Amino acid sequence: MPLLEVKNVTHYFGGLRAVHNYNLTLEPGQIRGLIGPNGAGKTTIFNLITGIYRPSEGEILFNGQNIVGLQPYQIAAMGLGRTFQNLQLWRHVNVLDHVKMARYSKITYGLVGAFFGTRKRYREEAEIEELAYHLLELVGIRRYADQLVTNLPYGILRRVEMARALATEPKVLFLDEPTAGMNPEELVQMMEIIRQVHQEFNLAIFLIEHRMKFVMELCETIQTLVFGEVIAEGTPEQIQNDPRVIEAYLGKELVE
Amino acid sequence: MAVAVQDLTPEKSALRRLWERVQGPFLHVPMLSWLVGALVAVLIELSVGNNLARLIGLPKAPVLFGVSLILKEPVLVPAAIVYIVLVYLAPVALVARGTAGWANRTVAKLLDTIPAWVVILIHLLLLYAVLHFWAEVNTYRLLVLRLTMIAIVLTVSLNVVNGYMGEFSCSHPGFMALGAYGASVFSLLFFVDDRIFGAPILPPALGPFLFPLGLIAGGLLASVGALFVAIPSFRTRGDYLAIISLAFTFIIKSVIENLEVVGGPRGLGGQPDWATLPVVFAWTVLAVWIINNFVRSTLGRALNAVRDDETAASAMTVNTRRTKMTAFLFAAFWAGIGGGLLAHVLKYVNPGSFGLQALAEVLAMVYFGGLNSVVGSMVGAVGFNLLSEALRPLEIFKWIIIPVLLILVMIFRPTGLIAFREFDVLKIIRPKHTAEGDTDHALTGS
Ligand SMILES: Nc1ncnc2c1ncn2[C@@H]1O[C@H](COP(=O)(O)OP(=O)(O)O)[C@@H](O)[C@H]1O
Ligand SMILES: [Mg+2]
Repeated sequence: MPLLEVKNVTHYFGGLRAVHNYNLTLEPGQIRGLIGPNGAGKTTIFNLITGIYRPSEGEILFNGQNIVGLQPYQIAAMGLGRTFQNLQLWRHVNVLDHVKMARYSKITYGLVGAFFGTRKRYREEAEIEELAYHLLELVGIRRYADQLVTNLPYGILRRVEMARALATEPKVLFLDEPTAGMNPEELVQMMEIIRQVHQEFNLAIFLIEHRMKFVMELCETIQTLVFGEVIAEGTPEQIQNDPRVIEAYLGKELVE
Repeated sequence: MAVAVQDLTPEKSALRRLWERVQGPFLHVPMLSWLVGALVAVLIELSVGNNLARLIGLPKAPVLFGVSLILKEPVLVPAAIVYIVLVYLAPVALVARGTAGWANRTVAKLLDTIPAWVVILIHLLLLYAVLHFWAEVNTYRLLVLRLTMIAIVLTVSLNVVNGYMGEFSCSHPGFMALGAYGASVFSLLFFVDDRIFGAPILPPALGPFLFPLGLIAGGLLASVGALFVAIPSFRTRGDYLAIISLAFTFIIKSVIENLEVVGGPRGLGGQPDWATLPVVFAWTVLAVWIINNFVRSTLGRALNAVRDDETAASAMTVNTRRTKMTAFLFAAFWAGIGGGLLAHVLKYVNPGSFGLQALAEVLAMVYFGGLNSVVGSMVGAVGFNLLSEALRPLEIFKWIIIPVLLILVMIFRPTGLIAFREFDVLKIIRPKHTAEGDTDHALTGS
C-alpha cells in the first residue's frame, strides 16, 4: 500500500477547472517532482492534498485512509507537512516560535498547563524548544532564532518555512517552490538541506520547482502539469526528452 | 560614522542625553529598591502628609498627585510641586538609590536560595503594602485604586481577543454585565437579607469566604454568553465578530432592563462590601498571572499565528477554531470576574453601566496601552483611569482632551504605547548590576 495515493482528483474554482483527473502515488522515502508553467494548477494540488481546498471529485488516501474532508490541521497532524510558495509566515512571531508553533498538535500540557504554568508545561516547552533549535541548526539559521521574520531576507525565510514544516514531523513533505527568489549559491544550499532532511527523517518529498537543474537532480520521477492535467510522467531523462513536455513547457527554459 | 549619525538628529539626541543624565544614577536600581522607596514615601505621606500640605499652603494632602487640585486652583501649582517633590520624588529617589546595593545583593541571594515564585510574592506583598498605605490617606483613593485594578483585568482580557487574536470584539460590556449580575445574585441570594431574594440561605458570616465562588460563577456565566457570540462568529472567516459581539452587548443590556427579578432598569443594590483592596488586588494579580501564562505558552501564541496567517497556522497543526473559541471564552470569563468585582466595589449595578460608554472606555484602554501586550494593557488601564480621574475637574473638556490624546497615540503609535512586548516578571525584579539594565531590557520585545 502506498503512503499517499491521490485518485482521479478534479477541482473547479467556479467555472474554472484548475485540476483535472489528477493521480499520484508516493512511497515512503520517495522524492517526486511536479513541474509546469505558471497557473498550471500545481499549488492547487498541494492545497487539495493538505485540506485547504476540498476536491470537487476524487479520493486522497493517506496510509489507506481517505482524508478528503478533514481539516488542514488534522491532515498536517497526521504527517503531511508543507511549505508555502508565497512565504506564509507570521509577522509578529519570531523564528524560534515559528518552529515551536508547529508542535501544537503534539502538546499534552493542555489548558491547565497553559493557564497555571505547571511543571509539565515548562518541561514540555523546554523539549519543544530544544527540538526547534535542532531543526533551525539543521537548516542553518539557528542564529536568527530570536528575530522577527519581517527583518529577514528571502533566503532565510525559505528555510524558516522548511524548519517549521519539519517540526510537524511529516511523513510526506510538500515543498512549493522552495528555491523561488534564491540566488544560485542559496539554491545549492537548499538542495543540500533537502537531501539532508530526506536522509535524516526518511521523508517522502513532493516538490514543485521551476528550476530544471534542481528537479532533475533531486527527483526520482517527475510529473508535468499543463492546464491542470498531467501530460507526462517519468524519470528526469524521460521528461527532458519528452516531445510534449518540450513543446508545452520545457522548450523555453532549455533555450535559456 | 556614529558621530555623523548623531549630528543628523541633534534635537532628539539632546533630549535623549538629558533623559540619560536623569536615568544614569538609577540604572542599577532593582525593582525591590523602587518598592521600598515607594513604601517610605507613602508612609511619610500617611504620617505627616496633611500637616506638610497645610504648612506649604495646600488645603490637605492632594488626592491624586495634585493634578485635580491645580486644575481647580492654578495658583497652587508651586505648592503642589513642592509637595510632590518632598513627599514622593525625593524619598523615592533617595531610598531607591540608597538601598540599591543592598537590594541587588538580597535579590540575587534570594533567587539563589528560594524558588523564584516566592521572591515574586515578596515583591507583590511590598507592592500591596505601598498601595494599601497610599489608599489609607482617603477613601476616594481607595475607590480609584480598586476601579483601576478592575480596569486592568478588563483591559488585559480584552487584549487577548482584540490584540493577541486580532479580532475586534465589542462584547466585553455584555460579559461584564453577566459577571456583575451573576456574582451579585449569588451574594444577595445566599448571604443577604434583601427585598428581592428574601432571607439569606446560608449564614452571612460565610459570605466573604465563598465570594470567590460567586465571582467564578459570574465569570462562567459570561463564558456561556461568549459561546453564543463565538459559535456564529468563528464558523467562517470574516469580520462577523465585531457586529455579532456589538449586538450581544445591546441584547444583554436590554434583557437585563426587562428582567424585573434583578431590578430591571433601576438596577440591583445592596451587595456586601467584600471587594476590599486586598481582594481586588489578589484577583488582579491572579488574572494577570494566568492570562500572561497563557499568551506566553505555545498554545496561547497560536493566537498570533491565527491572526497573522490562519491558513499557515492550520497547516502547522494548529486547531484554529478551537484556539479562537478557547481564547474568546477565556477572555469573557475574566471580563465576568471584573464585572463581579465592580458590582461589589460600587455595591450597586444597573444595566446602563454596561453600554456604549463602558465599551468605549475598555477599547480605549486596550488601544492606548498597546495591542498584543499584557504590560501595555496594564499601563493603558492605569494611565486611562488616573487621567480620567485627575481631569475630572475639567468636566466636559475632559471628554475632549482624552479623545485627542487617544487620536495622537493612534497617529504616532498605531498599535498603542507598549505594543508587542513580552511581560516577564522575573526580568523585571532581577538584580541590576550592570549599567545597561534599564527598564526597556526588562520588557523584551517578543
Ligand atoms: N483560490 C482560488 N480561487 C480562484 N481561482 C484560483 C484560486 N487559486 C488558484 N486559482 C486559479 O487556478 C489556476 C491554478 O493556480 P495555481 O495552482 O496557483 O497554479 P501554479 O501553482 O501551477 O502556478 C490559476 O488559473 C489560478 O488563477
Ligand atoms: Mg504555485
